[in-house]
Amino acid sequence: MEINQKLNIENVIEVNGLCKSFGANTVLNNFDFRLKRGENAVVLGKSGSGKSVFIKCIIGLLTADSGKINVLDYNISDLNSDALDALRMRMGFLFQSNALYDSMTVRENLEFPLRRHGKDMDNKEVYAAVKEALESVGLPHTENMMPAELSGGMKKRIAIARTLILKPEIILYDEPTTGLDPITGREIDDLIVKIQREYKTSSIIISHDMHCVKAVANRIVMLIDGRAYMEGDYNSLSTCSDRKVLDFFD
Amino acid sequence: MLNSPVMAHVSAKAFLIEAGEIARFASRFFSALFKPKQEWRELLRQAYFIGYKSLGLVGLTAFIMGLVLTIQSRPTLVEFGAEAWLPKMVSVSLIREIVPVITALICAGKIGSSIGAELGSMKVTEQIDAMEVSGTNPFKYLVVTRVLASSLMIPVLAVIAAAISLYGAYLGTNIKGVVSWQLYWTQVFEALTYSDALPAFIKTYFFGFAIGIIGCYKGFNSSKGTEGVGQSANSAVVLSSLMVFVIDLIAVQLADLMGLT
Repeated sequence: MEINQKLNIENVIEVNGLCKSFGANTVLNNFDFRLKRGENAVVLGKSGSGKSVFIKCIIGLLTADSGKINVLDYNISDLNSDALDALRMRMGFLFQSNALYDSMTVRENLEFPLRRHGKDMDNKEVYAAVKEALESVGLPHTENMMPAELSGGMKKRIAIARTLILKPEIILYDEPTTGLDPITGREIDDLIVKIQREYKTSSIIISHDMHCVKAVANRIVMLIDGRAYMEGDYNSLSTCSDRKVLDFFD
Repeated sequence: MLNSPVMAHVSAKAFLIEAGEIARFASRFFSALFKPKQEWRELLRQAYFIGYKSLGLVGLTAFIMGLVLTIQSRPTLVEFGAEAWLPKMVSVSLIREIVPVITALICAGKIGSSIGAELGSMKVTEQIDAMEVSGTNPFKYLVVTRVLASSLMIPVLAVIAAAISLYGAYLGTNIKGVVSWQLYWTQVFEALTYSDALPAFIKTYFFGFAIGIIGCYKGFNSSKGTEGVGQSANSAVVLSSLMVFVIDLIAVQLADLMGLT
């Protein structure tokens, strides 16, 4: 299967009837979702409502119990591990905990996905890509630092740089501002918007930080009781009359 | 409150489930071992950490074991007028049993806990997931390399430890007696046969495998956040130390059956 083929499709992600349970706890129950090319869609919901589970199903870290997930027109349940790896090259995932490799320097952290995905690049090209990614997140002088030497905000930026280094078409952000102070959080919001503009990415942002939601969202999908309860832009949802939705905006 | 037979049943069931899970994890190791592509660079890095970085501790312990065993054995042999047998007796004890088991126990403590804690913290901080989305098979990259490195390096450490412990025994022999360097080694090599060294050497591979696989299993299945990391490291040490004794017992029985004792 040729995974690198670029298709001119409108919806880069289509999810239909997604269900996922952990034992008796059903977190996603017939969840439907679309991500349009070039948009930032925020999935908003309470802690434990299944937001992270949803994006982990999209990238294949978790397997859905039922439902269909199409990413760039490929049904991920039909892909073998090689094809899934090839598809993951076109996607980036920002982990809530950043997930920087403790035993590697910043530079090695950024080189890792490039080398592992088997991109045909020599050392010079790899280094240039690392430099470019670090510059794009405003941290060009950190390449020889260890993750333990970085502040929370710097770690988040480095994690974003690692996500960007493969120049993905889709980025999945798992609570990008959680644990950051308000000022650093705003900087990360600006970075997300800048990435969307400059790299022409389509993104799903998982968050319950309303400042972040307001700053980055083109569209918001409310995930309540395992379903897409309501969707719209920030203004329409913040002025709707539904109590369950308004609780997030109050 | 549960009565004793019920609790024993529950513990036995939990033990059997865990044993089954470890066996499944080990079979996954063998199926991943021969799949491309091999992670040679990471294997070398792990061999360096497990082998070279443990050498000081293992060597010092082996030296002390050789010295102490000789000092402790001397009075008994003197009592029977068999002091001249000291190098022979000590060398056979060291090579057959003491050095392989002590080396393995030290490695179970140092390597087992380090693998359990490292993989456990990688698991709870999503680094293993990050590896997977970066096009890497985390099992192959993290588990196969560590288990292989520990299976290959612990025998090497045991051989070096054996040489150091025999040197410690030489010094111990000369604390209260006078045995020349040449005479000492002549007596040692007269006493030792292949049937002493070979089974001891072979069992260290199994010790290394058990330490690696248990450390990785505990780390890879770590849960409950930072508390779980501590538990993984702790239970990796306890279980791999226990496994060293179980494997030793089986190895001794097998060697006996094969007439190698």
